[in-house]
Amino acid sequence: MSGTHQPGQSSTLRGPICFAILAALLVIEGLTSGWNSTLGILNMGLLSAIMALGVNMQWGYAGLFNAGAMGFLALGGLAPVLISTAPTPGAFRAGGPGLITAFAVAVIAVLLAVQAYRRTSGKLRGLLVALILIVGFFAFRWVFDPAVTAVEAINPSAAGNLGGLGWPTLISWPVGALLAAGAAWLVGKTALGLRSDYLAIATLGIAEIIVAVLKNEQWLDRGVLNVNGIPRPWPVPYEIDLQNSASFVAKAQSWGMDPTLASTLTVKLAFLALFVVVILLLIWGTELALKSPWGRMMRAIRDNEVSAAAMGKNVTRRHLQIFVLGSAVIGLAGAMMISLDGQMTPASYNPLRYTFLILVMVIVGGSGSNWGSVLGGILVWYLWVKAGDWGPDIMGWAASPFADGPLKDHLLNSAAHMRMLVMGIILLVVLRFSPRGLMPEK
Amino acid sequence: MDVINALVALTNYVLIPATAYGAQLALGALGVTLVYSILRFSNFAHGDTMAFGTGIVILFTWLFQSWGISLGPLPTALLALPFGIIVTAALLLGTDRVVYKFYRKVRAAPVILVMVSVGVMFVMNALTRFLIGVDQITFDDGERFVISARQWRDMTGLSEPLTLRSTQVITIVTALLVMVALFWFLNRTRTGKSMRAFSDNEDLALLSGINPDRVVTVTWIITGALATIAGTLYGLDKSFKAFTYFQLLLPIFAAAIVGGIGSPVGAILGGFVISFSEVGLTYAWKKVATYLIPHWEPDGLVQLLSTDYKFAVSFTILILVLIFKPTGLLKGKIV
Repeated sequence: MSGTHQPGQSSTLRGPICFAILAALLVIEGLTSGWNSTLGILNMGLLSAIMALGVNMQWGYAGLFNAGAMGFLALGGLAPVLISTAPTPGAFRAGGPGLITAFAVAVIAVLLAVQAYRRTSGKLRGLLVALILIVGFFAFRWVFDPAVTAVEAINPSAAGNLGGLGWPTLISWPVGALLAAGAAWLVGKTALGLRSDYLAIATLGIAEIIVAVLKNEQWLDRGVLNVNGIPRPWPVPYEIDLQNSASFVAKAQSWGMDPTLASTLTVKLAFLALFVVVILLLIWGTELALKSPWGRMMRAIRDNEVSAAAMGKNVTRRHLQIFVLGSAVIGLAGAMMISLDGQMTPASYNPLRYTFLILVMVIVGGSGSNWGSVLGGILVWYLWVKAGDWGPDIMGWAASPFADGPLKDHLLNSAAHMRMLVMGIILLVVLRFSPRGLMPEK
Repeated sequence: MDVINALVALTNYVLIPATAYGAQLALGALGVTLVYSILRFSNFAHGDTMAFGTGIVILFTWLFQSWGISLGPLPTALLALPFGIIVTAALLLGTDRVVYKFYRKVRAAPVILVMVSVGVMFVMNALTRFLIGVDQITFDDGERFVISARQWRDMTGLSEPLTLRSTQVITIVTALLVMVALFWFLNRTRTGKSMRAFSDNEDLALLSGINPDRVVTVTWIITGALATIAGTLYGLDKSFKAFTYFQLLLPIFAAAIVGGIGSPVGAILGGFVISFSEVGLTYAWKKVATYLIPHWEPDGLVQLLSTDYKFAVSFTILILVLIFKPTGLLKGKIV
C-alpha cells in the first residue's frame, strides 16, 4: 500500500529464496532446540499466516485498516467452544429458553426502533426511538438475568456455561468464520464509506468489546475461568492414545524414537498437515479471485478510489465485501487456534500480539501478496518467539559491564520487552525503505 | 432530606468522578484532534505517548522525593510535570524528524500515516516498558482529600458521605488552565493563528508564507504537553499502568470524533459526553433509587451495565455518531 503499485524488477527467485532462508532457520531451530519446538513454532506460524492472509485481504487488496483483528480472532475462537465441546447437562433446559427469548426481545426492540426511525420524523422520532430502546433494554435484562443465573448455577466449579453441541471440531472452523463475518458486517456497515481511519477506530472498539464479552459472560464460555479440553479436529490423535497403542509404540521403536516424543511429534505433524491444507485452499481461492475481473476491480479501487467510483464501481459495497471476507478468514484462524490449544483463555487476547503483530506480518511479507503474508506470518512469528529468547541474552551481555545493583536488575528485567521494540522498528523500517515488503505483489 | 441525600450520592459517585475523568479525556482528545487537524492522521501512538510522558513524570517525581523536595499539600508530580513535558516533546520532535517527516514530504495517504503511527506505538510502548515496567504504580503524594467523609459529616450532618479528593480538584483546575491557555494561544497569538490557517487550508497557508515546519514543530510540542498532562492527571487520579493507557485510546478517539474531529471545542465536549455516559451507565443506582423512591428496596444493584463493559459505552456512542452525524456534534472536518 504505497500509492503506486507498478510491478517491480524484483527477480522471480526472490520468493523461493526467502522461503528457503525461512526453512533453513527452522531446520537450525530443529537441530539446536529439538523438532518439537520447531513444529510448535511452525504450527503457530501457519496459524499466524492464515490471520495474515485475512488481514492482507483487507489491507493489501483494499487498503482497509483493521485495528481489531484480535476481536474477530477471539470471536472465531468461540465457535469450537459452542460447537464441539460436550453440552452441560441440564444447562440448556435451565437457561436456554430464557436466553433465546432475551435475544429475541433485543432483536425485536432494535427492529422496532429502526422502523420507528424510518416512519416518523421530528421530535416524536427521537422520543419514540429512545422509548423503544429503553423499554427493550429493560425487558431484555428482565428475561436475560434470571436465565444467566440459572445457567451459571449448574456445576459452577467445572461448567457453569451452556456448553457446546458436541459436534465434530472441523465443523466449528467455518462456523468461527461465519461468526467473525457477522460482526465484521455490522462494523463495516457503519464505519465504511466514511473517512478511512474511522474503520480503524471502530474496529479497535469492537475488538475490545468482543474480548470483554468473552471475559465476562460465564454462561457463554466460562469467562476468565477458561474452557479446557476442547476436542481436537478429526484426524489428529491424542498423545495418550498413541502411547497406549502397541502398534504405534512398536513402530516408534523400530524408527529408534522414544514413543512419548514420537507421539507429540505425530500430533503436531497432523495439525501441520491440516493447517497446510487450509492455507493451500485459501491461497488457491484468493489467487483465483485476484486474477478474476473482481480482483482487478479491487486493485483498481485501492489504487484510485475516485476513478474507480467514476467508472461506476460501488466502492463502499466492495469495501464491505472484502472487509467481511477478510474478517471471516481471521475468524477461521481463531477457531483453528483454539482447536490447536485445546482451551479457550479469553484473558490471553492481547491487541499488541493479535492485532498489531499480524499487521507487521502482512507488511513485512508484502502488502497484497498472499505468499508474502504466509512468509511474513511464519517469519515474524519465528522472530517474535526468538526475540523473547534472545532478548535476555543480549541484555545480559549489554549489562555485563555494569556492577550488580538496581540498575542492572532493571535492565535485565526489561529485556522481556525487547520484542516490542524489535517489532516496532521492523515495521517502521519496512514501511519506510521497502514498503512493498519481502515478496512484493506481482 | 432524602432528596438531598440522593443529590449528595449522585454528586459523590457520578458528577465529581465523571467531571474529573471527562477533563482527562478532553485533554487526551485535544492532543488527538490537534495532530489530526495539522498532520491529518489519527495518531494511534497517542495513548502510548501519554504513558511515556507519565512514566517520565513518575521518574522525576521519584527523583524529587529522594531529594526531599515536595510541594507540601500538592503532589510532587506537579513539580515534575514540566520536565516530563520537555522530555516527551523532545521525543515527539525526534520521532517526527526520523519517521513522520518523510511521509509528509511524499504526501502519503492518511491511512499509511496511521499504519506508521502503529509502528511508533510499538516503539513507545517498548520505551515505556523499559523505563518503568508494566506494573501498576501509584505516585500520588501530598494531601489526599479536600473534603473527607468525616469533615463532610461534621460540616453538614448528612448521613450520606461526600468526599472530594485533591487529585480530582487538581485535575479539573489544571485542565481548565490548560484549555484556557490553549485557546488563548490558538486564537490570539500569531503562531496559533498560523496553525489554524494551516489546518483550514494547507495550500493557502503555504502560499501566504506560513512556515510549515514551524507549525508542525509547535503542534508536536503542544501535543506532547497535552499528552503528558492528561496522562499524569489520569495517573494521579487512578493509577499508572502502561496497558491502561493504550486502552484509553478508544474513549479518547471516541471523544474526538463525537465532538467533531479537528475541532478543539468539540474534543472537550466529546470528552465530557463520553465520561458522563460511561460513569452514568456503569454506576450502581441502587443508593440513589432507594433515597428517591420510598418503600422500594431493589433486588439488584440497579446497574445498567457492568463496569467491565465501559468500553462498550464509548463504542456505542461512537457508532451512533458515525451513523447519524459523521461530522460530530460540532462540525469537525471530514476528509
